[in-house]
Amino acid sequence: MTDAAIRVTGLRKLYQGRPAVDGVDLEVHRGEVFSLLGPNGAGKSTTVEILEGFRRRDGGDVRVLGTDPAHADAAWKARIGIVLQRVDDLAQSSELTVREWVGSMAAYFPDPRPPDEAIEMVGLTGKRDARASSLSGGQRRRLDVALGIVGRPELLFLDEPTTGFDPEARRQFWGLIQGLAEAGTTILLTTHYLDEAEHLADRVAVISAGRIVEVGPPATLGGRAHAAATVRWLDRDGPRAVTTDVPTQVVRELAARFDGEVPELVVERPSLEDVYLRMIGSPA
Amino acid sequence: MTTTAGATGTGTGHRPPSLLSVSRVRARVELLTFLREREAVIFTFAFPIILLVIFGSVFGRQELEGGVSFAQYFVAGMIAAGLFGSSFQNLAIAIPIERDSGALKRLAGTPMPRSAYFVGKVVLVAVIALVQNALLLLIGVLFYDLDLPGSAGRWLTYAWVSVLGVTACTLLGVAAASAVRNGKTAPAVISPIAIVLQFISGVFFVFSDLPAWMQTIASVFPLKWMTQGMRSVFLPDGYATQEPAGAWEHGRIALVLAIWSVVGLVVAVRTFRWRNKADG
Repeated sequence: MTDAAIRVTGLRKLYQGRPAVDGVDLEVHRGEVFSLLGPNGAGKSTTVEILEGFRRRDGGDVRVLGTDPAHADAAWKARIGIVLQRVDDLAQSSELTVREWVGSMAAYFPDPRPPDEAIEMVGLTGKRDARASSLSGGQRRRLDVALGIVGRPELLFLDEPTTGFDPEARRQFWGLIQGLAEAGTTILLTTHYLDEAEHLADRVAVISAGRIVEVGPPATLGGRAHAAATVRWLDRDGPRAVTTDVPTQVVRELAARFDGEVPELVVERPSLEDVYLRMIGSPA
Repeated sequence: MTTTAGATGTGTGHRPPSLLSVSRVRARVELLTFLREREAVIFTFAFPIILLVIFGSVFGRQELEGGVSFAQYFVAGMIAAGLFGSSFQNLAIAIPIERDSGALKRLAGTPMPRSAYFVGKVVLVAVIALVQNALLLLIGVLFYDLDLPGSAGRWLTYAWVSVLGVTACTLLGVAAASAVRNGKTAPAVISPIAIVLQFISGVFFVFSDLPAWMQTIASVFPLKWMTQGMRSVFLPDGYATQEPAGAWEHGRIALVLAIWSVVGLVVAVRTFRWRNKADG
């Protein structure tokens, strides 16, 4: 008995003899929201598409919901949901309405959500009878998500789901993902937005040049929680900043010196973006 | 295990939807998508009628050997060409476009039985072919003194030539869709093939008037046999002597179309792709 939704060991994939994925190990627990971060070309999408059953691997062992996706059948596909990264079919063969799209997708699954429920979950109820062609880019992406969740998946793949969303739509979307996670859905999320990963993911993995650099909760990734902090304040002669391992002591000294409020006091740990950029070897 | 695992539903205890019900959904998706694209509907149905009106008006009064009007000859050819267009041309263009847009990849990631996708296409082809045939017959009868088939035997021939021809051309269309690299170039690759075949297969010109080498080339492809079958439906039996073989050759028509069906099926099954090449 294993509670791993995804278990990957030694995954390798070559393109024209060059490794795109070079020995990736991953374990995603059931019910977890797991985010895969990495620059373009790092092997993120290749890894995800192997897990989804779209691509063959050149080496390693992969189990998704206990099954090797390379030999997946319809019963396995009924248990997963896929929101692909780039699809234009909603814009092109778009003469179907939102309701017709979601309804037809639901018909492929053994135990689907009622289509109206899936539409409600992504906040498109007001656009139920609109044709997909008339939707904005962000609304079309939400329809993508509705199509991904209507089959009531145990495991949902979200490949850069919020690209093109405005801040409000992104917040709504985060609420949707948290709701799915609370109901027990395992979610594998790839994203370019580090705040998104930080907000949603229980754990993140950083992938660079086909290898996993580190795996951990976003709050402690890269030793963030224990990294040196920066204390900033406004002194009489202008803004000051001190990098220190003992920020509490620095603040206490400042409080004593100013005898009360310290002007413009800020204590910062490195952001997820800082540690991420350091991990993928980019100058921050 | 945690209690939430049960709440998500593992799919156990739920039977997958039947192939029939999924096929019905796919047929509905195909028909709705087609019918709501006004340009596609107009082009598909108006084009053969425009050709019929042009050729009928210019050459309709001319008499061919055996007292057959050109209009009568031309309607037989146009019906065969319409069957060819609604199956081969339609699918060889539409499938690469769907592959490029990611529509096929989206479907491939679902538990939809893959055969249901093809059932949907077949229903679309059948509906287009039926409506187009009916329109051509109607225009022919109303404006060009078309004589409809006069016996049950002829209607039967009409039926089996149509079914077998559409079967072969549907399978070949799916096969050709694999050879077409991308959706943007699909019309530019497929349409000229269709037009050339129409010219050499006895649609626009009387087949027996074509040079022998052209007849020989046309005989390799299914459209020539479909036009010949349709002539046996619409032209008097005496006209058979004008055919290159001096007969309608029903047996050979059935054989050639059956062979093309098998070739199309084998190639289609072996080469069909749900993702485009650029997608790996």
